[in-house]
Order: sequence, then C-alpha cells, then structure tokens
Amino acid sequence: MENKITNQIKLEFLSKGENVALARVTIAALVSQLEITLSELEEIKVAVSEAVSNAILHGYQNEIDKIVILKGTLSDDLLCIEVIDQGIGIHNIEQAMEPAYSTDPERTGLGFVFMQSFMDEVKVESRINHGTKVILRKKISTALKNSAVS
Amino acid sequence: MALILQNKMDILLVRLLGDLDLVTADEIRAKIDYSLVETNSQYLLLDLSQITFMDSSGLGVILGRYRRLKEQGGQMIIFGAQAKIKKILEISGIISLMPVCQTEEEAWQLIEKRRQVCGK
Repeated sequence: MENKITNQIKLEFLSKGENVALARVTIAALVSQLEITLSELEEIKVAVSEAVSNAILHGYQNEIDKIVILKGTLSDDLLCIEVIDQGIGIHNIEQAMEPAYSTDPERTGLGFVFMQSFMDEVKVESRINHGTKVILRKKISTALKNSAVS
Repeated sequence: MALILQNKMDILLVRLLGDLDLVTADEIRAKIDYSLVETNSQYLLLDLSQITFMDSSGLGVILGRYRRLKEQGGQMIIFGAQAKIKKILEISGIISLMPVCQTEEEAWQLIEKRRQVCGK
C-alpha cells in the first residue's frame, strides 16, 4: 500500500550552477519538516547537489538557458526527489553510474556513488536526446514532527 | 565561497570558507593553481574546517590539486574537516591518497617531519 502524501514541492529553474544551491536548500527545507538528523540532512543535500549538477553539466552540457525540474515529495517518513532535465540523455546508464567514470581529469566521477551512498534508492530513466530523470528515495529514520498524538 | 591564501617558504596554506560545489569549484581551482605557480610552492596545506558544504565538484578541486602537485613532486595535506566533509573524503577514497590531519598543528608537524626525512 502506498503511503499518503504529506507534502510536495515542484521547482523549475534555469540550468545555471548558481541554482544547485537553491535546489539543495529547497529540499533541505522540505525534509526539515520531518524529525531528521543533521547528518541525514547533509547527506540528502549532497545527493540533490549531485543530481542537479549532473543535469546541468551532462544533461545540458553547461547550457544555461535550459530548464531543470525538481520535485520533492514527503509521504509519511519517505522522501522522494526527482530531478528532471530534457537534455542529451545518457547512452549507457550502467557505465555512467560506475565509480570514477569521468572523461574530465578535474572531475571525480563520484556523483552517483554519493547519491547511492546517501539515499536508499537511486533510479535513472533516460532517453537519448529527450532527457534524464533521476529518482532518489530515502526513508527518514525518525518520526513526523507534528504527527498526531493518539 | 571565499579563500584565504598564506605563503611561507615553499608552503601554500589555503583556507576555504563556505560552499565548495559546481558553481564555486572553477574559481577556487584557478586561484589555487595561480598561487601555487606564483609562490613556487612544493607543499599545499588545505584547511577544510570552514567549509559548509562539499559535493563531488568540490572534491574534484582537491583531487585535481593533488594530481597536479604529485606530478611536480610536491605534496598535499588536508586538515580540519568536519564530520560531514570527512565522510565525503572517506567515501571518495581520498583519505588513502594523502594525509588528512585533524588539526592545523598536526599538518605543520607532518611537513616538518617530511622535511627532516628529505633533508630539506
């Protein structure tokens, strides 16, 4: 049975590096509605940062006039984040998710490693020249902040 | 993001302040590289104690500087990482590549020891 949605946000922004911070702060504000540890919060921020950075760097190849969509959904204690671009897509998702796969010596190629380390589930859907959707899920270990007391 | 640069003999000390991510990485990278050349430094000491956020783009700055210094026979030491930053360093494997000290004092002591070993 699916959990009931308790809150949801959707944000669309230009594919500019400056908006990576906006995205992670937005998700941090959403998830802070739960009783979450500082450590969990920081890890979620890193995962969001990686997904949005990928959309800008790889999906849109640093073109700054494209749109990235960020969705965040809280369903009881489950956080679901979607980062969507309509960029070039990923040829080989499996290879893209491999640790240290990067063609640039100044990049670590660890973006997906951090997403996988810090979230419970990372799912990637991509179509060449249509775009990519990264879905990140995490169960927040502690209870809802303002949940009803029986 | 801001950085404070200090040079002492062939040591460049860089203190990073703020978020190290996609948007700040290029500027920080360029400033450190320029200072390494300007000061002809062999050692790079990186103070991470005032970093508020770091992701893989920020990590690329550290790894890139490490590779560059290594090619030139130099050494890099990082210190002061808070728990959240240390976790990133651990997952990336950077901790096994270069010395990671808890405090600035330890980092300076390590340089001193290496100087004694190398006789310079």
